[in-house]
Amino acid sequence: MGYPHPSHPDETPVISKYFGDAGARSLVGWQERGGYESLRTALATDPVEVQNVVKDSGLRGRGGAGFPTGVKWSFMKPDGKTHYLCVNADESEPGTFKDREIMRWTPHQLVEGTAIAAHAIYAETAYIYIRGEYTEPIARVTEAIREAYGAGILGANAMGSGKRVDVHVHKGAGAYICGEETALMNSLEGRRGNPRIKPPFPAVAGLFAQPTTINNVETVCAATHVLKHGADWYKSLSSPSNPRSTGTKLFSVCGNVARPGNYEVGMGFAMKDFLWDLCGGPPAGRRFKAIIPGGSSVPILTPEEAEAAVMDYEGIQAAGSLLGSGGVICFDDTQCMVRQIARLCRFYAHESCAQCTQCREGTAWTVKILERIRDGEGTMKDLDTLLEIADNMTGKTICVLSDSCATPVVSGLKKFRHEFEAKIQKNRSSVMIPSFSTAAA
Amino acid sequence: MSLHAIAPHGHDAHEAYVPVFTGARRAELDELLTRYPTRMAALLPALWMLQEDRGWVSPDGIEEVAQVLELTPAYIRGVVTFYTMYHQHPVGKHFVQVCTTTPCNVCGAEDVVTAFLKETKCGELGVTSPDGRFTIVEVECLGACGFATPVMINAALVECVSVDSVKDLVAGLD
Repeated sequence: MGYPHPSHPDETPVISKYFGDAGARSLVGWQERGGYESLRTALATDPVEVQNVVKDSGLRGRGGAGFPTGVKWSFMKPDGKTHYLCVNADESEPGTFKDREIMRWTPHQLVEGTAIAAHAIYAETAYIYIRGEYTEPIARVTEAIREAYGAGILGANAMGSGKRVDVHVHKGAGAYICGEETALMNSLEGRRGNPRIKPPFPAVAGLFAQPTTINNVETVCAATHVLKHGADWYKSLSSPSNPRSTGTKLFSVCGNVARPGNYEVGMGFAMKDFLWDLCGGPPAGRRFKAIIPGGSSVPILTPEEAEAAVMDYEGIQAAGSLLGSGGVICFDDTQCMVRQIARLCRFYAHESCAQCTQCREGTAWTVKILERIRDGEGTMKDLDTLLEIADNMTGKTICVLSDSCATPVVSGLKKFRHEFEAKIQKNRSSVMIPSFSTAAA
Repeated sequence: MSLHAIAPHGHDAHEAYVPVFTGARRAELDELLTRYPTRMAALLPALWMLQEDRGWVSPDGIEEVAQVLELTPAYIRGVVTFYTMYHQHPVGKHFVQVCTTTPCNVCGAEDVVTAFLKETKCGELGVTSPDGRFTIVEVECLGACGFATPVMINAALVECVSVDSVKDLVAGLD
């Protein structure tokens, strides 16, 4: 639902059904709402069967990459080795704040999903890695785990199944890069959060060099609903025209928009209806200038491109961007795109782990040049230099943080080049003065 | 700059170091160690405990953590400096982090920073106020973008802070 706003009738609240309902936070409250039935079913089912149901549902990873969840789980074989599950709750992609609300309002949903995923990959131990800034989510999830152990849901004999499921919270300490799965594992091991070169892939040698699966918070929560209602039900929630994107997706909406919040819609939802009907359009008297549809790392769209898109993995890709983590960042016509793209790149420069030269140097120089243009001291040659640096930063590093910094530069220069040129040639910002703009239709 | 040189009033870095990992804290750490197959994995949690008890991650504290977890101080310093949330020097009683990343930036977060600097008399980012009560920093994305501008004050997150609400917010802190 559109928390903190009332749910819109066009939403399909599954994961977000109890956002804002404080009664859903406790174990008793969660069980009253049907909680832990899925886990009971899962624990009585062979892991391969659990994997197959999730494969059939078409559920894909909600952290950004969109890898089929059931397929990822099926990489984990009963080989006698110690397996680990890491749940990625390091949500730090600018524009994304869905996992925060899942953990604040329905911590038992996450504990249940975590235990199901652990069972599905033959793991007895799961770590939920939560970013350090999420103090309330950490407290809520920690309390839910305590309650679950107390009730015998977790522990040596989880729900009387004879199977051991241990779930622990691990608190991060402030580093965007730890949301990258191999950096997360390094961080959990007590190291600097530097991404690892793949292969070996986590399913072969991950956390503590053991076979490991890393899943996003929303993914494991979605899995609980898949197991409860079945793969066909899950597929029925999304547009039948695209069987490759199934179920519902939580979209976090922020920036210059009338009703920011978290909205859950079936995959394939029309983005124009989403932006205007659900989110209320831009603030009164303004127009949208740009939309980033999937968290700060995906290409910037013009409002026309965004409004023509359907919200699923393929639909947003067809519009020239990516679904990513579902963080929708809105910019209105009072924003100077040069300034905001420079600010976004400063984020990546700050968060670079610095082990790859292209990223360490590329993010830093990108910011220096963009801020020079922003301050009216740029040259036209700077625009070529920016694109050259962006090319050197794309597809050439251990992880994609570097690519993510290049993305707004390339898409920004393609779609808002006139703003950069105006800054360079006249030191003018191409922004609308709000009091003179007319309400958009 | 030496770490000691910027210790504000009330944080004399030359005071005798009192170990953190004794009694209940030691028991807490020992319980944590049962959750992981390596001692190193307890490093981030141990540093959190140190910071909670002492207010910052001091060189003496790093020495203690190194002994307890059988790591070297140099290794730990490398980890500490990687993460932004560990204070490498003492900070004000109220450590204020204002998110200014793009989604909040377009909603006016930089004006919120300016208001905090003025209201707390810190004047400058990262500098503790003369009375030792406040340190203001800009922080990258706090993951609460729909509630611009989110501000963390120690372990509490305040949603939807605006220029107009800063004065009351600061006045409400002891």
